[in-house]
Amino acid sequence: MRSLRLFPAVALGATATLLLTGCLGSSGSGEQDANRNADAKKVELTIGSNSVKGGKSSAGATFTEDVLIPKFVADQKAKGVDVTVKFQGDGSDDEVYKQKLSLDLSNKSGPDLIQIDGIWVGEFAQAGYIKPLTDTVGDAAKVDGWDGWQQIPESVQQLGIFESKRYGVPGGTDGRVLYFNKKLFQQAGLPADWQPKSWEEILQAGQALKKLSGVTPIQVNGGTAMGEATTMQGVLPLLVGTGTSINVDGKWLGDTPKLRQVLDFYHQVYGSGLGDPVLQREAKGRDKSFAEFAANKIGILLESDYFWRSVVEPKAGVAKMADRDAAVGYALIPAARPGGGVKGQDFVSMSGGGATVINPNTKFPQQAWELLQFMNSAAMVKESLNGAAKITQRTDVNTEVLASDPMLNFVATKVLPITQYRPGLAEYPKISAALQQATADVVGGKSTDQAARAYQKSVETAAGGKDKVAGN
Amino acid sequence: MTPAYVVRRIGFYVLICAITIFFAVPMLWIASAPFDRNPGLGVHWPDWTLENVRKTFDHPYALGSMVNSLIICITTALAVTAFAALASYALSRVRIPGRDALLYGLLLLSSVVTGTAAMVPIFVMIYQLGLIDSRFGVALVMTGGLLPAAIFILKDFVDAVPKSYEESARVFGASTLQILRDVVLPVARPGLATIMVWAFVNSWGNFLVPFLLIRSIDLQPGAVLMQTLTDEGGSVNLQVLPVFSLLFSIPVVVLYLLVNSRYGFRFHGGIKS
Amino acid sequence: MTTVSPPAAGGGSNAGPASRPGRGGRGPARDVAGLGVGRALGFVAPALLLIGAFLVFPAIWTIYIGVTNYRLTGVEAVSPSVVGLANYTRALNDALFHNALWLTMLFVLGSAILGQNILGFALAWILRRARPAVRRTVEALTLLAWILPSTVVAYLWVAFFDRDTGTLNSILGTTGTAWLIDYPMVCLIVFNTWRGTAFSMMLYSSALQAVPPSQLESARMVGASGWQTLRDVVFPHIRGHVLTNTLLISLWTANDFSPFLLTKGGPNHESETVPVYIYNVALQGGELGYSSAISFLLLLANLLVSLVYLRLLRRRA
Repeated sequence: MRSLRLFPAVALGATATLLLTGCLGSSGSGEQDANRNADAKKVELTIGSNSVKGGKSSAGATFTEDVLIPKFVADQKAKGVDVTVKFQGDGSDDEVYKQKLSLDLSNKSGPDLIQIDGIWVGEFAQAGYIKPLTDTVGDAAKVDGWDGWQQIPESVQQLGIFESKRYGVPGGTDGRVLYFNKKLFQQAGLPADWQPKSWEEILQAGQALKKLSGVTPIQVNGGTAMGEATTMQGVLPLLVGTGTSINVDGKWLGDTPKLRQVLDFYHQVYGSGLGDPVLQREAKGRDKSFAEFAANKIGILLESDYFWRSVVEPKAGVAKMADRDAAVGYALIPAARPGGGVKGQDFVSMSGGGATVINPNTKFPQQAWELLQFMNSAAMVKESLNGAAKITQRTDVNTEVLASDPMLNFVATKVLPITQYRPGLAEYPKISAALQQATADVVGGKSTDQAARAYQKSVETAAGGKDKVAGN
Repeated sequence: MTPAYVVRRIGFYVLICAITIFFAVPMLWIASAPFDRNPGLGVHWPDWTLENVRKTFDHPYALGSMVNSLIICITTALAVTAFAALASYALSRVRIPGRDALLYGLLLLSSVVTGTAAMVPIFVMIYQLGLIDSRFGVALVMTGGLLPAAIFILKDFVDAVPKSYEESARVFGASTLQILRDVVLPVARPGLATIMVWAFVNSWGNFLVPFLLIRSIDLQPGAVLMQTLTDEGGSVNLQVLPVFSLLFSIPVVVLYLLVNSRYGFRFHGGIKS
Repeated sequence: MTTVSPPAAGGGSNAGPASRPGRGGRGPARDVAGLGVGRALGFVAPALLLIGAFLVFPAIWTIYIGVTNYRLTGVEAVSPSVVGLANYTRALNDALFHNALWLTMLFVLGSAILGQNILGFALAWILRRARPAVRRTVEALTLLAWILPSTVVAYLWVAFFDRDTGTLNSILGTTGTAWLIDYPMVCLIVFNTWRGTAFSMMLYSSALQAVPPSQLESARMVGASGWQTLRDVVFPHIRGHVLTNTLLISLWTANDFSPFLLTKGGPNHESETVPVYIYNVALQGGELGYSSAISFLLLLANLLVSLVYLRLLRRRA
C-alpha cells in the first residue's frame, strides 16, 4: 500500500480535525438568565422518557400522554398561557437511552424535562449535563419552598441528590425483601410467618426445602447475564448485611473480608445445590426465575416490590399467581448476623428509582419547573397509579393508596426506613459489573479466593487507581 | 441401475433433505407463531387465529414504523445507487491517481465507523446541519456508510462493460450524456439493481443510527420498534412480536423476488480470477 | 495494483445480496465516453462528500478518541485528557480482550472458513445437477436465511435454542438443555453458518460454470473418483474464487455484531467476540476511549488479513 494516497480524504480530515475539539468536551457556556421567557404566553415543553405506548413501560407513557399533559395544558390555559407539551418516548435498553440523552445534552439540546435513573444523576452532573435545580430555576427559595419536598422522605430524596444538591424530583421508589412460597414452606415444615434473623437461617430453610423434589430452594440473582439485577437483588443487599456498602468515604469496595463473606454466601447457595447455577447464566434468567416462582418451583426469592405488583400480580402480572395473596409470603432481608448490618441494623434493604430533571438548556426554565411540580403534585401522582397500588415518592399518597395492599404497605413502612441507595457516580456501573463478574466466577465454580482477587484487580482499573479502592 | 448408483442417489437425497431441514426449521416459528392463539417460543401446529394480526394493526406505532422504514430505506437505496453509479463510472473510465488505494483505504475505514464511539461525531454533524429528528438525516448517514462498498462492487460491473460499446457510439457521434443514458445504463442495469437491493437490505435492519438521530417515536423505523418489542423492560410482547417480525421481513423478501425475477440474482460468471 | 472487495461494513450488517468481488476488468482506464476530468470529478464529488462527512471524519475522530480517556458521562466527558498509548498497552494486558480475540478466531474459523465455505461449496456442487424444482427450493431457503433482517433472525434462533420450549430441544428430546449457555460458541458457529452460506453458494455456483465441461467429462472417462475430480480438475479452476470468498466471509464474520443479539457475549464472556466486546466496553462501561482503541486494533487486524490475501493472490499469479 505504498501508493496509498488519500488526498481528498486528508483534505476533508484536516477540516474535520478542527471540528474534533468541538466534539470533545464542552466549551464552557455563559451563564444563562434563569428568568428567560418567564412571561411568555406561548410555551413549548418536551418530556423525555424511556417508555413508550405499546412497548417498554407502556402504562407510564400512556399516563403522561393521555392524562398528565392534557391536564397541565388545561391548567395553564386557565392562567392565560398557551402551552404545548410534547412527549418524547423511547423504548430501549437503558444504556442506549443514556447514550442518546448524553449526545443530546452535550450538544445543549434535548427534552426540557427528562426522566432518568437515579444512579445517573451523579455522572450527568459531573459531565455538566444537568445543574442543581436552584441554578436552573434561579431562585433557591422558590425551589426549596415547594411544599412537595415535605411529603418526600429524606431517604427517597437521595435519588435526585448529588453532593448534597438537589438536581431533580424523585419518582416512585421500591424496596427489596425475601419472598417465599408458603405452599412449599408448609410441605417442608417451615412456618408461614417466616422471618429469618441471619443468613444462617436462610440457608437452614433452604436445606429443608431441598428435600422437596423439583424445587430450587433459593434464588439470589448472580452472574453477569442478569446485569444490574445481580447487583441490586444479590450482592448489595448482602453487602449491606455485612455492615458496609459499596462506596465508603469516597473509596470503592475492594477485596475485603466482607466482600468475601458475600461471595461465600453465593458459594454456599450455588455450590451445594441450594440454587440453580445454570439459571444465573441464562440471558433471560430473571424472567425465568419469575416463571419458576409462579409455578411453585422456587422456595425463596430475593426481589423488589415490583415482583409483587407486576410479576405475580393475579390479574395482569407477567407470571400470574391466582393465589398470590395466600401463597406468597415476604420477610425482611436479615443482616449476616443480628445487629451486623450497615448502621448496626438487624435488617437491611436496597432501593432504586428514577428522578425527573430539568434540562439546563431549556428555553423555559420557569415553566419547566412548574410542570415538574405539577407532575409531582399529590393529585397527579395519585392519578398516575391509575387505581393500582405502587410505592410513590409521596408519603401522603402512599398512606392513602397503600392501605389496601399489606405487602406494599410493609415495604413503605418497614423497608424504606432501613433501606440504602446506590451511589450516583460515574464509576458505579463498572464497579457493579466487577461485582457481577465476581459472583459469576463463584456461581461458575471458582473459589471465593480466586473470585475476590480477580475482583480487586478489575476494581482498581475501574476506579482509576489503587488509592480509590478500600483495601482490607 | 447398479446398486452403487442407487446408494449414491439415496445418499444424495438424504443430504439434500438434511440441508433443507437445517435451513427451514429455524424459520418455522415465523410461519406459525403469528397465527397462533398462544404464541410461545416453541414451534407447534397453530391454533389458528387472526387476533394477533388485529392486535398488531392496533398497535400505536407498528404500521407507522413500517412506513418510516420504507421512507428511510428507499431514500438510502436510491441515493447509494445514484451516487455510487456516478462515482464508479468516473473511477472506471477516467484515470485518477491512487484510485484503487483510495477506495481500499475508505473500505477499511468503514469497518471501524460502526460503533458507539463513531456515533458521537456523526451526531454532532447531523445536529449542526439541523437534521436531528429527520428521516432524511438518517438516510444521509446510512448512505455515507454504504457508499464505499457500493462503489467498489459497481465499479467491477462497469469495468466489465466492454468499452467498445461506448467507442462505437462515439464514432456515430453520440454525446457523452446520450452514451451514458442509452449505452452504459442499460448494460449496467442488473448491477444497479443488485446494489439497490443490497443498500436497502443493509439499511433495513439498522437500529442504532435512527434510534440516536430521531427523537419522535412516530418517526422511528421498524428496526427500533423491534427492539422495544423484544426489550425485557417491558416483557416480550408475544402477541405483537411474531406478526411484526413477519411484517418486517416482507419488504426485503419482496424486493429480492422482484429483482431476482427481472435480472436473476446470481453471479453471471462475473468474477474473473 | 490489484484490488479486493473488502467487507461491506458501514451498514454494520453483512446481510447483503450479491456483490461481484473480483479483480478483473483492469487495463488502462480509457475515457471512452469523453467524460473529461472536470465532469469526472463532478461525478465523484457527491459520493466523496458524503463519505468524507459520515465516514472519514468519524473514523479520524475514532482514532483520535483512542488516545484519550473520553467518556460519555462523568468528569471525563467535560475534560477528557490525552493518555497517549495507555489504551493500547492496556489492551495488550487485558485478559478479556485476549479472550475476545481468541473467540473471534474460533468464530471465523468455524463458521466462515470451514462452515460457510464447505457448506456453500457442497451446495453449489450437488445442486448443479439436481432437478430445477429441488434446486430452486434449497436455494430459496438458503437465500431467505441470508436476507431476513438480523433482529428477526436472531429472535428466531433464540427461540430455536430455548431451554424450555425451544424447537431444538423438542426435536432432540433434550428438554432442559440450555444450548446458548452450555455451548455458546457452537451455537454461534452453527447460526452464522446458517446465516451466511448463501453468499458462498452463489459465488461457487458461478465459479463452477467456469470449469470446462469437457475436462469434467474426461475425468469421468479415465475413471477418476469424485474426490480426485474435485482436487485435480475443479479446484485449479476455482482457486482464485476460493481465496476471494474466504477473505470476504472472514472479514464479514470477524466484524459481525449479531452474536450480541443471541447471547450478549455471555455467559460470563464465553461468546464475547471482538465487536461484542467493543460494544460492551463502550456502552456498559461507558469507556469510549478504550473502545475506540480496540476498534482501531480490529481495523489493523483486518488490514493484516487483507495483505496476507493479496500476497497469496500475487504468488499464484
